[in-house]
Amino acid sequence: MAAKGFVEISVEGCKGCGLCVHHCPVKCLSLKMDDTNSFGLHYAYLSNEETCIGCANCAVICPDAAITVYRKSKAV
Amino acid sequence: MKDGYELVYKRPDTLLSKRMHYCPGCFHSTMHKIIMEVVDEMGIAEETIGVSPVGCSVFAYDYMDIDFQQAAHGRACAVATGIKRSLPDKFVFTYQGDGDLAAIGTAETIHSCNRGENFTIFFINNAIYGMTGGQMAPTTLEGQKTSTSPYGRDVKHVGHPLRMAEMVSQLPGVAYCERLVLNTPANVRKAKKSIKKAFDIQKQGLGMTFLEVVSNCPSGWKCSPVQSLDFVGENMLKYYPLGVKKDVTANSN
Repeated sequence: MAAKGFVEISVEGCKGCGLCVHHCPVKCLSLKMDDTNSFGLHYAYLSNEETCIGCANCAVICPDAAITVYRKSKAV
Repeated sequence: MKDGYELVYKRPDTLLSKRMHYCPGCFHSTMHKIIMEVVDEMGIAEETIGVSPVGCSVFAYDYMDIDFQQAAHGRACAVATGIKRSLPDKFVFTYQGDGDLAAIGTAETIHSCNRGENFTIFFINNAIYGMTGGQMAPTTLEGQKTSTSPYGRDVKHVGHPLRMAEMVSQLPGVAYCERLVLNTPANVRKAKKSIKKAFDIQKQGLGMTFLEVVSNCPSGWKCSPVQSLDFVGENMLKYYPLGVKKDVTANSN
C-alpha cells in the first residue's frame, strides 16, 4: 500500500534542529547522522516512507520552512 | 511531484529563499514564517510595512518580501507610529525582542499602547539577550542562569521579570492583547489565527494589537532545540501564562 503522504526536505535549508523529528506523530523522520549538508549540519530526511500520513506537523513546526508536504488526493 | 498526490504545505511565497541567520530551532524563524503565511493568505504583501528592531531579528527585512524600516534600538514603536499616521491605510507591524521592547524601548512601547496607535506589535520574549551572548534581560526568570547572572537571577537585587502582556492589557488604547507560544504544531496554528485576528482589528482601526510570543533560545539557554521546548513548557509558561489578556471585539461577537 502506498503511503498516505510524503515530504520533501530541503537539504541545504535544513539546520538539523530536530523539531520535526520530535513532533512527527508516526516517527517517520530522522536526522541523517552519517552525512551533513554544506553547513556541516545533520539534516532531516524521510526515513520511513511507508508510514508518512501527510499531516504537515513537521512543516508547520519547521522554523526554516524547509519542508514541503504532499498528501494523497481523495478524488483519485 | 508524484502522481495522485496534492500539495498540502509549502514555504510561503513572501518569505524569501535566503537562508535565515537564526540558530537551529529558534522560534524567530517560525514567527517570520507564520507572519508571512498570514500576509500571503490575506493577500496584503503590497500593503504591509514592518519595522525591525535591534537584536537577533535586526535582519528581519532580509527575509520578508514586504516593505521594511529598521529602527534604532527600542524605538520601533515610535517609528511605526510615524509610518501608520502618515500611511493609515497600510498594515504596519513592529517585530521586537525582549531587549528591544521590554528594556530600552519600554517607554515607547507603553506610550504608543496608551495612545492607542493603530498598529501591531509582535513581541518575542525569550527571557535572554540572545544576540549579545546570553545576558540577563528584564524578562529573565527568577533563578535562571545567564552569563550576567551566573548564580541565577536574584529578584531582591535586580527585580522581578516583566510581564509585558499583562502590563499593556491594562491600557485603554490596546484593542487586543494575547500571549502565544510556538512550541507545538497546534500552538503554531493557533498563533497564526491570532496574527490574522490582529491584522483584522488593525484594518478596523480599533487600536493597538499586542501579541507576545513566548520564545526559546537554545544557544543562550545552552541546551538543544528539543530541550528548549521542555524549558518553555515547564518554566516559561508558568510565569508567562498563555491566553487572551484583552479583546475589545469579544463582546460584539
